[in-house]
Amino acid sequence: MKARVHVTLKNGVLDPQGRAIGQALHSLGFADVGDVRQGKVIELEIKDALAKKPRAEIEATVKDMAQKLLANTVIENYSVELVG
Amino acid sequence: MQSALIVFPGSNRDRDMRLALTKANDGKKPIEVWHGDADLPKVDLIVLPGGFSYGDYLRCGAMAAHSPIMREVKRRAEQGVRVLAVCNGFQIACEAGLLPGVLMTNAGLKFICRKIDMRVETTASEFTGGYRKHQVISVPVAHYDGNYNADADTIGKLQDQDRIAFRYSDASGKVAPETNLNGSMDNIAGIFNEKKTVLGLMPHPENATDEICGGTDGLPLFQHVVGALK
Repeated sequence: MKARVHVTLKNGVLDPQGRAIGQALHSLGFADVGDVRQGKVIELEIKDALAKKPRAEIEATVKDMAQKLLANTVIENYSVELVG
Repeated sequence: MQSALIVFPGSNRDRDMRLALTKANDGKKPIEVWHGDADLPKVDLIVLPGGFSYGDYLRCGAMAAHSPIMREVKRRAEQGVRVLAVCNGFQIACEAGLLPGVLMTNAGLKFICRKIDMRVETTASEFTGGYRKHQVISVPVAHYDGNYNADADTIGKLQDQDRIAFRYSDASGKVAPETNLNGSMDNIAGIFNEKKTVLGLMPHPENATDEICGGTDGLPLFQHVVGALK
C-alpha cells in the first residue's frame, strides 16, 4: 500500500515559483493559463503492519506525519490519499 | 560565559561564527556539538549557524529541526538558555517551533548575496542592547529563502510585544516596500521569542566582526550578549 501526501501552499500565500511557471507558460504560447500554484507530492510506502489496519487509522497516522514533518502548516495545506 | 555551536551536515558559516564568538568572548571558543549528538554540555548560549543543512531537503531547516540535538536545544531554550539563530539557523528555529512563522523563497526568486542595511528596531534585549534604537547597521546576507511570513495575528503580536529585532532599510534608516530585500512581511529581518531569549535573523552579523572583512557592525551584537551572560 502507498500513501500520497499532497502539499500545497495555502490560499493567500504568495507563490513566486508558481507565478514564474505561469509566466513561462505564457511565453510558450499557453495564453489561457491563469493563476499557477505549485506544490509537492510525497509518496510513502506503507509497510504491512500498518497497511493491515483500518483505513481511518492509516490515514490518521499519515496525517500525523504531515503535521509533524511533511508540511509546514503555517503556510501549507496537505491532503492524504491512500493507494491500493 | 560558555557558548555551544551546533553543527549540522551542510552548515557552512560555523567557522565564521566560531571566530565571532571567540573574538567577543576574550578568546574563549564555543563548544562545537554535532547534530547527531543527544547530549549538550551546560552552556549559557546556543548558536545555530548558517548554511544549507541537509541540502535544504523538503523545506529549509525542516530536517535539521528534527535532528537528535534539537530536542535538547528546545528543552534548554524552554529553560531560558539563550539561543542565537542565524540564516539557516533562523529557518531551523522556525521549523522547530522556537520562533513563530516561516522563511519562504525570496519574492524575487533570486539568491541574494551582498551587504545590506538593516535598522535596529529595539534595544531592549541582551542581543541588541549594544546598539542605538533605529541605528542602521550594515551586514552581509546570503540566502534564497529569507522571505519571512506569518499570519496577521503573529505579525501583530511581534509588533505589539516589541519582538521585531531588525528590519530591512536603506542607509538612512527608511523602512519601506522599496527597501524590502526579499519580500518579508513588514520588512522583518530578525525576531525574538516572547521572552527575548531567542533571536533569529537572516543577515549574518558574524560576517561583520572584522575590519579586514568589510566592517564590524555585527560585533556589538556578540559583545553585548556575551557581556550580559558573563
